[in-house]
Amino acid sequence: MQKRTLLKGAVAALALAASPAFAESHGGEKTKVGFVYVGPITDGGWTQGHHHSATEMLKELGEDNVEMVYQENVAEGPDSERVMTQMALDGADIIFTTSFGFMDPTINVAAKFPDVKFEHATGYKTAPNVSVYSARFYEGRAIQGTIAGQMTKSNVVGYIGSVPIPEVIRGINSAYIHAKKVNPDVQFKIVWIYDWLDPAKEADAAKVLIEQGADVILQHTDSTAPLAIAKEAGNVIGFGQASDMYEYAPSPRVSSIIDNWAPYYTARVKAVMDGTWETTNTWDGIGPGMVGIGEITDAVPADVKAQAEEMKAAIAAGTYHPFTGPLKKQDGSDWLAEGEVADDGTLAGMNFYVEGIEGDIPQ
Amino acid sequence: MDLSAINPVLLLASLMVAATPILLGGIGELVVEKSGVLNLGVEGMMITGAIAGFAATIETGSPALGFLIAAVAGAALSMLFALLTQYALANQVASGLALTLFGLGLSSLMGQGYVGLKPPSTPKLDIPLLSDIPFLGPVLFQHDPMVYIGIAIVAATWATLKYSRVGLVLRAVGENHDAAHALGYKVRLVRCAAIGFGGAMAGLGGAYLSLVRVPQWTEGMTAGAGWIALALVVFASWKPWRVMVGAYLFGGITVLQLNLQAAGVKIPVEYLSMSPYIITIIVLVIMSSGRGKAALGAPASMGRIFHATG
Repeated sequence: MQKRTLLKGAVAALALAASPAFAESHGGEKTKVGFVYVGPITDGGWTQGHHHSATEMLKELGEDNVEMVYQENVAEGPDSERVMTQMALDGADIIFTTSFGFMDPTINVAAKFPDVKFEHATGYKTAPNVSVYSARFYEGRAIQGTIAGQMTKSNVVGYIGSVPIPEVIRGINSAYIHAKKVNPDVQFKIVWIYDWLDPAKEADAAKVLIEQGADVILQHTDSTAPLAIAKEAGNVIGFGQASDMYEYAPSPRVSSIIDNWAPYYTARVKAVMDGTWETTNTWDGIGPGMVGIGEITDAVPADVKAQAEEMKAAIAAGTYHPFTGPLKKQDGSDWLAEGEVADDGTLAGMNFYVEGIEGDIPQ
Repeated sequence: MDLSAINPVLLLASLMVAATPILLGGIGELVVEKSGVLNLGVEGMMITGAIAGFAATIETGSPALGFLIAAVAGAALSMLFALLTQYALANQVASGLALTLFGLGLSSLMGQGYVGLKPPSTPKLDIPLLSDIPFLGPVLFQHDPMVYIGIAIVAATWATLKYSRVGLVLRAVGENHDAAHALGYKVRLVRCAAIGFGGAMAGLGGAYLSLVRVPQWTEGMTAGAGWIALALVVFASWKPWRVMVGAYLFGGITVLQLNLQAAGVKIPVEYLSMSPYIITIIVLVIMSSGRGKAALGAPASMGRIFHATG
């Protein structure tokens, strides 16, 4: 009995001792923002893009108002829960988890910390304190496909896939549809490396694709290794992925898809500061500026460049959707009728290739 | 499916390139283990070599100097391990793991200023006559010098271990350090030298990644190559030539599965791409049990702490 009272007393004392600190971290002026990254902030691609946007957010809102913490190289899966939990315990008000594989861990940790807001990139599971956000990268892929289809002389385009999830498959489909449109003979060779960042494997994959005749390399992996290999090979072009990768311009990097998360991060952190944060599902593209198209270099002929820029303008204005019928699935069944536009639900869960792509999606 | 798209010449040629980093790391670790020490820090030394070699090449413009510095850096890091395990008598497994973690951290710190840079390319040897032989020429004789240096190191290691007095002493120390000590051999000195050699080789392997195979610096770019090198030694049951066969096998699987994918062959590539890691896990499990260790022909004193008494 006595013991229990003692324990109770200790708990009360702890709570008392903790509460001023608690009040300070939450009721104080600074909003604490956490970022969980899958790779190093210097990967040259995906994580660098997120970190760059995060620092832009910090600049925009001011270091007097926002405190930023981040953790690099967090493995997808259970270990990420530990990182998120630690951030939440350290008083983070909002935590951004920036890789698809952080989805379930984010939901699990969010359930334990109902007062902390979570934002998960590229996923689809939400909760009262979990929002999801992603970018319509496939809009950028349409432009890449248009350029790739016309730039290839061998009619073989190599595609380095990371992990076979809808986001990556959407990109392949979008690039293929638009390459095919400008070059009916084009063929896609797709290689999966089952990782987001593994420079040695990305380099090997690029080499293999080039050896098998590809002279345009598209990548959905995070490092600049494929561009380094393309440069070495000489007459091969590629595109920047997630970050501009401009250090490989004007060739092999002839353009790029740039992820610009800064406006979103700023708006969301601002919402937490104002107390107006709500669960949302954001999926923005070229129009709102979440997907940027890096400068198309002079290695691309002027007419091709003009065509690509025209498409970019049409997508931004909303007058053109990259998935517009008539389109068939790989097995020949009808998907979209003439003029029909794909709905977001189908796109979000896309698990099929469109007609003409060879090979199967690994299950 | 279009198997004709796979060019066997290019496939075999890129196999040799893909195998070189693990070959170098593996042969170094073989010597270390032959002396009776288990150094699990290969990954850490490799990535330290990768950034040290890369940085040196960028600063000096000379890939040859870059490789040299990489070897020195790998050896220097391994001396930390030698100090811990040979003088402080720390646990080798724990020290090795710590070395890997330390190497990964250190390399990312050293690499801050080198992201996105391109190293001067390592020239390929173009051996007259030999490189013109059809098929064999492009497969065997049109590589960068490190591919051949790697093979030469394997040959030298084999000959030294088998025929020289130095090799005999090294093996004696690895098999029974007490007996070797009683005979008057300097067990600690021999082991430190072996650890240093292992570090230098791992450093070279890392530099090969950052200077030739990728070529660029990215944090964490070894992505487990050090662990594969470690498994390779057990897979090869501590025989130098088998290390080379194993390296080509492991390197070959990597390149082959990408080739098969690109050619559209319907095989479960997931299994192929995970196979080196599965083999790695299996041999590590076997290695950790005492009986398995002996059955595989492991050096008898491997992993045991030596403390000279009397």
